[in-house]
Amino acid sequence: MSAPDQKTAGGPLASILALPNDHPKKTVFMALAVCLSCSVIVASAAVGLRPLQVANQEAERIRNIVEVAGVRQAGQTIQEAFRNVETVMVRLADGQETDAIDPQTFSIERASKDPQMSRALTRAEDPANIKRLPDHMPVYKVRAADGSIQAIILPVHGAGLWSTLYGFLALEGDLRTVQALKFYQHAETPGLGGEVDNPNWRALWRGKVVYDEQWQPTVELVKGTVDPAMPGAQHKVDGLAGATLTARGVENLINFWLGDGGYGPFIARLRNERG
Amino acid sequence: MASDTKKLVTGPIADNNPIILQVLGICSALAVTTKMSTALTMCIALTAVLCASNVLISLIRNHVPSSIRIIVQITIIASLVIVVDQLLKAFAFGLSKELSVFVGLIITNCIVLGRAEAFALKNPPLPSFYDGLGNGLGYSAILLLVGFVRELFGSGSLFGFQILSLARDGGWYVPNGMLLLPPSAFFIIGLIIWAVRTWKPSQVEKPDFQIQTAHRAEVS
Repeated sequence: MSAPDQKTAGGPLASILALPNDHPKKTVFMALAVCLSCSVIVASAAVGLRPLQVANQEAERIRNIVEVAGVRQAGQTIQEAFRNVETVMVRLADGQETDAIDPQTFSIERASKDPQMSRALTRAEDPANIKRLPDHMPVYKVRAADGSIQAIILPVHGAGLWSTLYGFLALEGDLRTVQALKFYQHAETPGLGGEVDNPNWRALWRGKVVYDEQWQPTVELVKGTVDPAMPGAQHKVDGLAGATLTARGVENLINFWLGDGGYGPFIARLRNERG
Repeated sequence: MASDTKKLVTGPIADNNPIILQVLGICSALAVTTKMSTALTMCIALTAVLCASNVLISLIRNHVPSSIRIIVQITIIASLVIVVDQLLKAFAFGLSKELSVFVGLIITNCIVLGRAEAFALKNPPLPSFYDGLGNGLGYSAILLLVGFVRELFGSGSLFGFQILSLARDGGWYVPNGMLLLPPSAFFIIGLIIWAVRTWKPSQVEKPDFQIQTAHRAEVS
């Protein structure tokens, strides 16, 4: 033990392993070896399972669209039901639809990071705190038998307390009444902000009116419960107990995406087309 | 050897249960037991992590410097937990969403670090594996028992299948909503501990101090 350096018969690795455990050299070596092997294991699991996870997320996204669109008939698979939903890409600036981008390959998260496909927002025009706004967004339409719009589904996102919430807001054919709201990805505190997933809370959104008479977005989340007799009760939704900041984030992101910076021009165009 | 193995695997289920005797791993026992399906997934995830971490740590036990042994153990456990989390996201996406942060929190589950420190660092890989398996099963037994009570009486179902017909669907059973809240798991675990200690009085801890006996001892 006094001169471990001389026992180099098994090469440099064996000589380090032969050192006493608390020798500084061995401590550093063991720390490095454990970290390296662990990072290889973690990295290969993450990379190797990535395609399966992406496929799961895509299936989950479609399932959520079908759910908020309310198009699934009994006995239909999700894929069959999704065929009733028409996907279009919308240029947010003027609300025009475009074929230039394939909605199949479009990702909101990727587009938000790409300077070619998005623009930075100033603090004042970014109440939802999303930092960068994609130039184009996918919008999903459900048409009634006569071809008129029965529902439109708008992808929305914005900052909650800890995370960015990604969700879908479905509006009825009048373009101002909520059909459903669902967040499909977030990392808010389970039991508090995580209650945005609670079916009972989501049911409160149904029938709420997101635009006022002048077509300005006016959604408000109030503390406690909304009294139906209250003036403007149709614009108000119960807040989340213990999750004021998540609720404020939801309010801001809905108002942002329905406003002029978000889908406002698109909604205005649909309204004008209908006459 | 065979009886040693049996003792290692079955001992932690009733005699030396990590939850009810050592009172470890309570956090996840409260959080994931509202439904049998999440409880079962959590049990499998924890048992897998526990067995794998025990074996890996046991393999390198003779070369772990004592000054950094906790960090080495946590690094190995954390890596295994991430791998399990990734596997769940790939093969059981719905369940992984329901378990949310609690799979990640296996890292901080005292049972895993406790077994690594108390057993795997001093024993060869095979007994360490059995020790991990036994403690994983002991944890699973309690989780499934708590999950069974909470789901059956809280939602009237087991693994999502309706067993008791609920009053709101025209049946006779009014579910006990308290069982779906975390405190109810505390009560159930408390009742289990009481029952087990009545059955096996050797598990009852000695009181930390007893004023009256101390006085008597002085006098006599």
